[in-house]
Amino acid sequence: MEENLFETETVIELSHLEKRFGENEVLKDINLTVKRGEVISVIGSSGSGKSTMLRCINLLEIPTGGKIYFEGKDIEDKDVKLTDYRTKVGMVFQQFNLFNNMTALDNCVRPQTVVLGRPRDEAEAIARGFIEKVGMSAYVNAKPAQLSGGQKQRIAIARALSMNPDVILFDEPTSALDPEMVGEVLDVMKNLASSGYTMIVVTHEMGFAREVSDRVIFMDGGYIVEEGAPEKIFSNPEQERTKEFLSRVL
Amino acid sequence: MFFENVGKIISKYGSMLMSGLGYTMLIALTGTIIGLIIGILTGIVRTVPLSKNKALYYLQKTVNALIAVYVEIFRGTPMMVQAMVIFWGYAFMNGGQTLPLIPAGIFIVSINTGAYMAEIVRGGIISIDKGQFEGAYSIGMTHWQAMIHVIIPQVLRNILPSVSNEFVINIKDTSVLNVIGVMELYYMAGKIQVMTYHIFETYLIICVMYFIMTYSITRILRFCEKKLSGNASYRICGSQSDPNAEITVQEVK
Repeated sequence: MEENLFETETVIELSHLEKRFGENEVLKDINLTVKRGEVISVIGSSGSGKSTMLRCINLLEIPTGGKIYFEGKDIEDKDVKLTDYRTKVGMVFQQFNLFNNMTALDNCVRPQTVVLGRPRDEAEAIARGFIEKVGMSAYVNAKPAQLSGGQKQRIAIARALSMNPDVILFDEPTSALDPEMVGEVLDVMKNLASSGYTMIVVTHEMGFAREVSDRVIFMDGGYIVEEGAPEKIFSNPEQERTKEFLSRVL
Repeated sequence: MFFENVGKIISKYGSMLMSGLGYTMLIALTGTIIGLIIGILTGIVRTVPLSKNKALYYLQKTVNALIAVYVEIFRGTPMMVQAMVIFWGYAFMNGGQTLPLIPAGIFIVSINTGAYMAEIVRGGIISIDKGQFEGAYSIGMTHWQAMIHVIIPQVLRNILPSVSNEFVINIKDTSVLNVIGVMELYYMAGKIQVMTYHIFETYLIICVMYFIMTYSITRILRFCEKKLSGNASYRICGSQSDPNAEITVQEVK
């Protein structure tokens, strides 16, 4: 009974979310519910609003309309502290955004000591654990400039994990990588998905979306056009727009 | 004749010259450091994202406007004039009582340098990739935490050439403080010149002294820059298979 409750717990809910940049309406009416442990892939062509939606979820962009609920609470409520909320929602960027002035290890340790107030040795043990999980233990002392794209992204994932977030958002995590490095990052993400992390992944990797995710969302023109299980979206899409998109990318 | 005069000035007034040199270095160095701190603080304040809270929003706007006014006024007027206005302005408002000279000199150089540093640091912050801020914010850092731990260390490294430039300018520009009687090198030369009537020799000596100061400072700071940015080419030695092998970074000469 309790387990059942746990599985169906809603972590994030977007309700009539809107975002406009001046005249340009990027998100028009987004409604989405994310359950704990769910892996959601967001697909769609460039400019469809996928990344903006993700950036709105951890408030790197401030929505111009609608609500975002985290564990049932409106995150724009006065008693929700923005920085506290952000520690619970990790983010992995297309451009990695590792801190250039720190080593790989420090990238994962410093946020814990500074933001969460963890003691240095505890933070370091946690960081080393996750760095090992992403297979980067040999590179703990390297600076970001000394790592390849795939290695940077794996450290960026370890950094996000080190904060013990409830949800991890991936914003096109493999789009800036050389083709031969895409695999190593996707492997790490598959590993996370099977360990029960809640993930929202904006991606152009259709193979990943199809194999790994529990649910696929297709966005177009600022709307969620279609969503459902991967088999349904990929094999039997209902909407004309989805069919058109998939015929071009598959 | 010339060498004789130079020798005489050095042997007789050498201690005055050295004390002037000491004050020049003291004022230039502390002024540059305090100016840099002013620059960093104004840089942090000016880049705080504007608040949604109306009262805070207007407070931010006001503070930013005040900083802009400060920068414009102190960059737009000569330091010699600033020195007179501040020094005698203080005396005017305090019934003729003047500020102690060395602290007054440091204050004037600091506040003047701060105006330049504010712009240098702002440029340094703007030049940092937006992703560095987003990475820091996304992990739950406040603006202040992001600045202290992520942005400012990178800014300092990038602006070091401009900061050393300011330092060299300050070494030379402390000479204008002679107008309020600060006993720096130029002031001392004035004293010596009056006593010896060897005007050319005296100023030539301090000319050389100024050059030695600026040249050695430039060399030292250039060395620091090189150390900070590391070697352009390097080789990473490590192991993908053995997790216990520490990686090392070998510089390639």
